[in-house]
Amino acid sequence: MDLFEYQARDLFAKHGVPVLDGEVIDTAEAAAGVTERLGGRAVVKAQVKVGGRGKAGGVKLAKDPADAVEKASQILGMDIKGHTVHKVMLAQTADIAEEYYVSYLLDRANRTFLAMASVEGGMDIEEVAATKPEALAKIPVDANEGVTEAKAREIVEAAKFPADVADQIADVLQTLWKTFIAEDALLVEVNPLVKTGDGQIIALDGKVSLDANADFRQPEHEALEDKAAADPLEAAAKAKGLNYVKLDGEVGIIGNGAGLVMSTLDVVAYAGENHGGVKPANFLDIGGGASAEVMANGLEIILGDPAVKSVFVNVFGGITACDAVANGIVQALELLASKGEEVNKPLVVRLDGNNAELGRQILTDANHPLVQQVDTMDGAAERAAELAAK
Amino acid sequence: MAIFLTKESKVIVQGMTGSEGMKHTRRMLASGTNIVGGVNPRKAGTKVDVDGTEVPVFGGVKEAMEATGADVTVIFVPPKFAKDAVLEAVDAEIGLAVVITEGIAVHDTAAFWAHACSKGNKTRIIGPNCPGLISPGQSNAGIIPADITTAGRIGLVSKSGTLTYQMMYELRDLGFSSAVGIGGDPIIGTTHIDALKAFQDDPDTDLIVMIGEIGGDAEERAAAFIKENVTKPVVGYVAGFTAPEGKTMGHAGAIVSGSSGTAQAKKEALEAAGVKVGKTPSETARLARAALAG
Repeated sequence: MDLFEYQARDLFAKHGVPVLDGEVIDTAEAAAGVTERLGGRAVVKAQVKVGGRGKAGGVKLAKDPADAVEKASQILGMDIKGHTVHKVMLAQTADIAEEYYVSYLLDRANRTFLAMASVEGGMDIEEVAATKPEALAKIPVDANEGVTEAKAREIVEAAKFPADVADQIADVLQTLWKTFIAEDALLVEVNPLVKTGDGQIIALDGKVSLDANADFRQPEHEALEDKAAADPLEAAAKAKGLNYVKLDGEVGIIGNGAGLVMSTLDVVAYAGENHGGVKPANFLDIGGGASAEVMANGLEIILGDPAVKSVFVNVFGGITACDAVANGIVQALELLASKGEEVNKPLVVRLDGNNAELGRQILTDANHPLVQQVDTMDGAAERAAELAAK
Repeated sequence: MAIFLTKESKVIVQGMTGSEGMKHTRRMLASGTNIVGGVNPRKAGTKVDVDGTEVPVFGGVKEAMEATGADVTVIFVPPKFAKDAVLEAVDAEIGLAVVITEGIAVHDTAAFWAHACSKGNKTRIIGPNCPGLISPGQSNAGIIPADITTAGRIGLVSKSGTLTYQMMYELRDLGFSSAVGIGGDPIIGTTHIDALKAFQDDPDTDLIVMIGEIGGDAEERAAAFIKENVTKPVVGYVAGFTAPEGKTMGHAGAIVSGSSGTAQAKKEALEAAGVKVGKTPSETARLARAALAG
C-alpha cells in the first residue's frame, strides 16, 4: 500500500525523522486558520499518489492566510495524471540551500535491503540513476544487522555528503531505518532531504509503501487505507476476502491461482484482438480451493460490474477436483438467483485437470442456459471474447 | 536422478498437525513420499495415524533429524510463525526447506534469508508462497497434485502454482524429471537460476521449461545465465503481458512498476538468450514438444 505524503510525514515524525510542521485539509476555507498557525505563510501541496505534481501545478506558495485559501481552492479538485486532488497539505515554508536524496527499499535481485543516497536530490531519482549513476550511492543493508551508526557513516561516505551535514544525515539515516523496520515498509524515501539556510536537515517530501502481509502485527495501518479512492468493486471484493483487481475491459475473468489468472488475462486480450478489441474486465483469483461459496462471491462481484459483457471461468483442477468446481458453479448460479440477483451474462467455462470429465458432465447435466463449455483455455478465451463483442 | 528431491529423500513436515499440514501430508504419503515425521512442540512424542501410516511427531527439527535422518522439511506453519519455523530448520542445517506458507511479511523473509546466508546456506530454501516440488514417481514435497503428470525427461521451474500444474498436465505424456515451484513473493530462496543450473547438471533432464511472470528482474537474470551456462534447450513462458502498471496481480511480487518488470522485457531477454518463448501456455507446450523431438 502506497501512502500519501502527509501519512508518510506522520510516520517519519513518529520515528524521529525531522519534518516540518504541517496539516492536511480537505476544504479551502480551512487553509486560513492553518496558515495563521504556521506563521502566516505556507506551502500548499496536493496530496496525490503520483509523481510530477509540482510540474502539474499541484504545489504552490501562499504568502498569507487569504492567499492560502485561494491557492488551496485552485488545487483542490485538480486532476493530476488521472488522480483527483481531495486533500492538500499546508506545510511550513523552508529556506532551501541544498537538496539531497535518501531511501531504503527491497532489493529483490540480491534478496536483501538496499540504502540509496545522493547529494543530487529534488529531481526524479530514476533520472539521476540513468544519467549520472555515479551520483547515486547504493549500499546493501543486511536485514538482521540493520543500519547501525557505522552503517549510516558508510552510506554518508559513499554518497559524499558534505562534512558539515554528515552527523545530521547519519542520524536521519538511522531514524529512517527505524521507520522502515517498525512500519514493515517496502519503501521509505525522502526526496528532497533538504539542508536549510541555517544548516538544518529536514525531510521535505517523502514516499512510503507498506507491506500488506504484515497487517497482522500493524493494526494501525488499516486506518491509512484510502477507502474513498478505492474502486467500489475492489472494495466489495476485499470485504469478501477476494483477490480482485478492476481492469478496463468487457470480459469478466475468474480463475484459480495468480499465475493462471494472469495468463488468462493475456489469452483473452489476444483473442479480443480479433473481436473488436475487447479486453479483460478484471483479475480475480479464487485460490486453490474453489468452494461454491467463493465461486458465488466471485460471480456476484463480476456480474455486478456493468462493464462486463461475458464471463470466462478458467479453472485448472489441481488440489480441488473439477467436479467440486462444477458443483460450485451450479450452486453459485442457484444462490445468486435465489438472492434475486440478475444473472444475464453468458458464462464460458473451461475445466481441466483432476476429474475434468466429471466436472464437465455436471455442467452438461445442469444445462444452465447461460453456461457454455469449451475444452481448451485458448478456445474458451476466443468464445468469451466473441460473446463480449456482440 | 532428479533435482533437489529424490526417492531417497526423507521428509518431515513442520505444521503437520494443522489442517493444511495434515491434508497435504496425506497427499504426499499417497504419492509415495517418504514422510518420516512431523514437528509440533506441543505434540512431541505422540504418533499421528495418517491413513494407516504411523507418523511420529517431534518437538523440533533437530530432534526429528537425529531420530529419522530426515533431510527435507516441508513448512505449512501460518505466516505469523513461519519465520521462526524457517530459522529453526536453518539452524538444524537440514538440507532442504520447502516453505509453502503464503502471506509471510517480506521483512520476515528477508530476515530468515539473511540468517541462512550468514550460516553459509547449508539449507536450500524453496519458497515461500510456493507449491513445492515434485520428482514424479520418486517424491513429492509440497502441494503439487501428483496424479496430473508422469515421470519423464522435462525439468520445470515456475513462479506460479496453477500454471505449473497446467504445464505439467499439457505435457503429461512426456513427463517430468522434476517440477519446482519457486514462488511468487518478492524475496524467494531458490531462484530460476538455481533450478536452471541444477537441471543443466541433471543427466535425466533433456529439456527445461521455465515459467515466469511480471515483477522484478529474475527472468532477465535467468536469461543472462542461460546464455552463458545452459546448453540444454530451454522453452519459456511469461504471464502478465496485459497487466497494468502499479497493480499487484495476486502474487505479492507480481507488479509492474514504471518500465521495469514487464512481461515484454522478460520475453525479449529470454529470446535474446536463445529461449523459445510461447505466447500462451498451450503454445509453450507445443514449443516444448518440438524442442524435445529435436
